[in-house]
Amino acid sequence: MKRVVGILALAAAVFVAQGASAQTLKQVKDRGVLNCGANGQLAGFGLPDAQGNWSGLDVDVCRAVAAAVLGDAKKVKFVPLTAKDRFTALQSGDVDLLARNTTWTESRDTTLGLNFTGVNYYDGQGFMVRKSLKVNSALELNGASVCVQQGTTTELNLADYFRANKMTLKSVTFADADQTVKAYDAGRCDAFTTDASGLYSERLRLAKPDDHIVLPEIISKEPLGPSVRHGDDQWFDVVKWVLFAMIDAEDLGVDSKNVDEMMKSTNPEIRRLLGVEGNFGEQLGLSKDCFYKIIKQVGNYGESFDRNVGAGSPLKIDRGLNKLWTKGGIMYAPPIH
Amino acid sequence: MAVESVGAQQPARVAFYNDPKFRSIAYQVVLCVLVVLVVYAATTNALDNLQRAHVASGFGFWNQAAGFDISQTLIEYSASVSTYGTAFWVGLLNTLLVAVLGIVLATILGFTIGISRLSKNWLLAKTATGYVETVRNIPVLLQLLFWYNAVLKALPDIRDSHKFFGSFLNNRGLFVPEPLAQRGFGWVEIVFLLGIAGAIAFHLWARKRQMATGQQAPVATVSLALVIGLPLVVFFAFGMPLHFDMPQVGRFNITGGLALQPEFVALLLGLSVYTAAFIAEVVRAGILAVSHGQTEAAYSLGMKPGPTLRLIIIPQAMRVIVPPLTSQYLNLTKNSSLAVAIGYPDLVQVFTGTVLNQTGQALEVVAITMLVYLSISLFTSLVMNIYNSRVKLVER
Repeated sequence: MKRVVGILALAAAVFVAQGASAQTLKQVKDRGVLNCGANGQLAGFGLPDAQGNWSGLDVDVCRAVAAAVLGDAKKVKFVPLTAKDRFTALQSGDVDLLARNTTWTESRDTTLGLNFTGVNYYDGQGFMVRKSLKVNSALELNGASVCVQQGTTTELNLADYFRANKMTLKSVTFADADQTVKAYDAGRCDAFTTDASGLYSERLRLAKPDDHIVLPEIISKEPLGPSVRHGDDQWFDVVKWVLFAMIDAEDLGVDSKNVDEMMKSTNPEIRRLLGVEGNFGEQLGLSKDCFYKIIKQVGNYGESFDRNVGAGSPLKIDRGLNKLWTKGGIMYAPPIH
Repeated sequence: MAVESVGAQQPARVAFYNDPKFRSIAYQVVLCVLVVLVVYAATTNALDNLQRAHVASGFGFWNQAAGFDISQTLIEYSASVSTYGTAFWVGLLNTLLVAVLGIVLATILGFTIGISRLSKNWLLAKTATGYVETVRNIPVLLQLLFWYNAVLKALPDIRDSHKFFGSFLNNRGLFVPEPLAQRGFGWVEIVFLLGIAGAIAFHLWARKRQMATGQQAPVATVSLALVIGLPLVVFFAFGMPLHFDMPQVGRFNITGGLALQPEFVALLLGLSVYTAAFIAEVVRAGILAVSHGQTEAAYSLGMKPGPTLRLIIIPQAMRVIVPPLTSQYLNLTKNSSLAVAIGYPDLVQVFTGTVLNQTGQALEVVAITMLVYLSISLFTSLVMNIYNSRVKLVER
């Protein structure tokens, strides 16, 4: 099914003229719904529940964009994409926005024709192994079999890391995250590798989660962020500032519960963020109070993190690098001026 | 004179556009032009779109370093130095390996089951029917997942491997000692090839003599002696120039030796078992298409059931069997692309998967892959058509 979507998207790229490549904002407004490419299989980042309600850190980016552009965080159509067909879906216009734990790399930014709008999660690739192997460091994995999902930067990082440390590697590659985890669980591989956030979320799906540990080494930089098509600066700005607004809101202490009170704040930065002062929303081609709607309906970055992957979720991932710059992390957004 | 006057009476000239010959040519020309135009428009439009989206195009990626690891490689491949082009060949060879072995296995299994279905033995016939009806009615992807998970679940963990004759069997695969040739082994190979040639020559001579005189020669015994016995004698004469690389238990994996991976076994089993069910039906249809009078005639000449089937029925059934059999071979080859689901590094997994994602050049990569499958299929068809023309009914 997913392959069919990919092929259709490809066919669309061949036969359909992309005359409207610079009008995504107008298209979304006319359509009244945002088409958002999401993961669909990764708890904490993008996963529908039994009723079909999507949740996750990436999903919240989609909802925030919908709240800012259409005034309603529910007006999103989520398109579940595999690691393989996600870029084709964005390039061909199937989705307006790709928020699917995608690593920002130079080649994706250039040859794939994407524009990354920021980083919503600073991640890095790690390893999970069985406790019974008594391995304490990834450097002890010489000669190990490693299960890996294909179509990602993961495969390349894995080979690079083993090469750099002069270790031999036996990788077993699967197209699908589910089958990768299943094979690891069945003992086909000694280790399983993916982004550290993914390791925590996949560990919950193993038969005995407590028999496995995540090794301390982080072998790569994986800045995950939403992306849009190259060549539409207006839409690029909109998505970029939606994410910045969520981070700025946390920075300023504005959240979904106190946002109405904060409208009366005398702090000029808060007044600008919420559209009480200035017309920053309109400069983006949106309404004056678009950031207010994001915070009211979706919440600020900290709330979203907590609810989806942090302390308030089953994953309980430490915020680490993703703490605000004022609290020892590197999460930072330019000011709204 | 009379003839001349008849020739002079030509029919009324029709306008050239009503001439059927002209019309048929004109229609074909128009159609060709249209097809070319559509292809041209699609290509330029795609290139245009790609350029506008700033997506790279062209085949420059072919010689770039690949940098990723592949679990099963039939040719030299390493993540550090090999290119995307090498990765393509690795994937293609893996696809061909599973397709060729799958075709052989499916043919043997399919013929056995197809003939069993027609057996007078009630149990055998019903078992064969049950097999066909079960296997061909379950989607092949599910069967592959079943075989893969069955293989993984049924075999022990690597630390409690089954051990026998220096081999190991566990859920990472089957590891057997790898024979490595030493000085003098080349002679054994040469004698082996000579043995095969000799066996073929003897077979031809024996057949000729049987045609002429009716005397049978011990073809099987002589062939066995030539192909196996002679090389063995040379092998011992040179003092057994062969040593074995034994698999060793390492910290994590078993190293050394030859490894047969569970992904490969599951794919081969799944594809063969699935396709065999269809081949069985094709074979049954072919045998039933041969008139029962042929069997009766053979029996009345005193032939036993075995030779009757082998010498009378199957040769006549082949002309019915071969065309649909070709389709089944093509299906098996194309179904091998489902390997991606169970982690076998075939062409689709390596090239249309990892290479596509790393280069992002979907159009080029998918086009190459489609071209490869088309070529494999056309080649298979060609071979089978040649075979078909040899077995078809000779009309006099």
